[in-house]
Amino acid sequence: MATIEIERLVKRFGTTTVVHGIDLSIEDGEFVVLVGPSGCGKSTTLRMIAGLEEISAGTVRIDGRVVNERQPRDRNIAMVFQNYAIYPHVTVADNIAFGLYRSNLSKSEKRQRVEQVAETLGLTHLLERRPSALSGGQRQRVAIGRAMVRDPAAFLFDEPLSNLDAQLRTQMRIEIKRLHHRLGTTSVFVTHDQVEAMTMADRIVVMREGRILQVGTPMELYENPVDVFTACFIGSPTMNLLPASLKGGAATLALGGTLQVPLSSANSSEILVGARPHDLIPAGDTSAGLTVSGTVAVVETLGSETLVHIENAGQTIIGSAPGRQIPRIGEELTLHAPMEKLYYFDKATEKALASR
Amino acid sequence: MKAAASSPSLAMPNIRPGRILAWTLLFIGGVIMVTPLLFMISTSLKDASQVYDLRVIPEAPTLDNYIEILGDGRFTRWLINSAIIAVIVTLSNVFFDSLVGYTLAKFRFRGRYIVFIAILSTLMIPTEMLVLPWYLMASQFGWIDSYWGIMFPGMMTAFGTFLMKQFFEGVPDDFLEAARIDGLNEFTIWWKIAMPLVTPALSALAIFTFLGNWTAFFWPLIVTTSAELYTLPVGLSSFAVEQSIQWEKIMTGASIATLPTLIIFLFLQRYIVRGVMLAGLKG
Repeated sequence: MATIEIERLVKRFGTTTVVHGIDLSIEDGEFVVLVGPSGCGKSTTLRMIAGLEEISAGTVRIDGRVVNERQPRDRNIAMVFQNYAIYPHVTVADNIAFGLYRSNLSKSEKRQRVEQVAETLGLTHLLERRPSALSGGQRQRVAIGRAMVRDPAAFLFDEPLSNLDAQLRTQMRIEIKRLHHRLGTTSVFVTHDQVEAMTMADRIVVMREGRILQVGTPMELYENPVDVFTACFIGSPTMNLLPASLKGGAATLALGGTLQVPLSSANSSEILVGARPHDLIPAGDTSAGLTVSGTVAVVETLGSETLVHIENAGQTIIGSAPGRQIPRIGEELTLHAPMEKLYYFDKATEKALASR
Repeated sequence: MKAAASSPSLAMPNIRPGRILAWTLLFIGGVIMVTPLLFMISTSLKDASQVYDLRVIPEAPTLDNYIEILGDGRFTRWLINSAIIAVIVTLSNVFFDSLVGYTLAKFRFRGRYIVFIAILSTLMIPTEMLVLPWYLMASQFGWIDSYWGIMFPGMMTAFGTFLMKQFFEGVPDDFLEAARIDGLNEFTIWWKIAMPLVTPALSALAIFTFLGNWTAFFWPLIVTTSAELYTLPVGLSSFAVEQSIQWEKIMTGASIATLPTLIIFLFLQRYIVRGVMLAGLKG
């Protein structure tokens, strides 16, 4: 187990800078998820931690030691790749044993370690099989086994679940999380899927265009996003953003209607009012908060709840209704979110205007 | 009536003119390829007096030529020489071509492209132009009339390097990176991870190199002077002297020399065909 510290980390490819001097400190045993859209620099950051990518500037410390110049094999880390990267020409047992390539264990001890890991991951009956005879989930488990067998200081996961189908992804997500609880090894997990980030992370690092936008626990990010990007990226379906003009303590929505907001008149006059779909429900009490009406355009029945897309003046707003209360398409519907569930952003800078 | 119309036995087979033409061309091609082989075997079963009798099946077939040739120590020596040279050059090519191909495909270093172009450009120089420098080099190193002299120009080839580079480019970097993290050094990564992943290309390279060296004639003829260092094709050519050409001996030797080629093809034709296809695709 180890801490990982990143200081002013920069990565340049020729004249293009893809990581712009980021700082991040990962505690011993922590499960940190780097999340962001494609090209945000999250995988490059992970590869710099692993030593697979040269560092243009800044430092990476693992367990207090600067590892910038160290080879990947000398960093005592293990990595699980998006495409599994298990060697197709050897058996599952040999694949897992590759993780012990540099250890001084005897052949029988190595075999014992491989069998222990296989048992933990439910791979015992597959040890003599070749990867071509395994399913996607089993292959990913072998890749995790190869990483685990060495008992490394940190696990690095580079979008390991992207190639799995939805059901298997959920299952593997739980398995990885369970494994982390058991082993307590520091883990850095890269994904572009906010659901993975929310469900697995102790802390989430939101990245965009090579910069860290926000670091926090899943609920901190959900409740207090620092900007529009984080607000929209975290949470599914994405947050509704309604343009409004601020005057005094009242915001006049572009869609029509006024609401009282906890913002002083000193703030920007053009704002965005945010409401998460789960907070925007068919109107009951409309006394305080955001109330929007529109025509039901799409209904997504999820069983436990129903997502309702209403349209008003060309803008689509997503709300949610109870599972058994399914609105009809074309019907007029009013949705309401209470005041304490609303978010406010500066329209020009896209920064959050007030902590909730 | 209805039953007759639907009966497949009464339907006319659908023979298209294009298909007939293709089969005819293939048949002619087959005849052109097989006829010399038949005459080679046929002549090897004739005595000297029947050599110019063009009948495919000899009037009085005999195995005397085979007994004589195989009993001749020189022939066995040539056979062994060819085998040693072909095997060593093949192993050398598989090792060095793939090592250089891997380096060019998987490492980023200054001048990589220039090195590759330089290697590739040697493909455009005909062997006839290279023979003189090779000979001078062999002469200066004292390699004339030695195994090393026969082998050194082919120990590594531009074609093999190019072929292997193309194949290694298809090996996903993730495998190599996973191996780096697992603690393997770069040479072991190449040997234990990358090489097994390009087995079809290695097989094709090995087969082509072996066959090329087994049948090599021009350079071994120039660089060797003593009969005990002749390779099989050079040795066979010595049966043709100014006064008489011993066709039956040449054909017997050629028939025996063809055997390894045939055996290799029969057992490894899957790889040969695949190698040709892949070389075409990748090249």
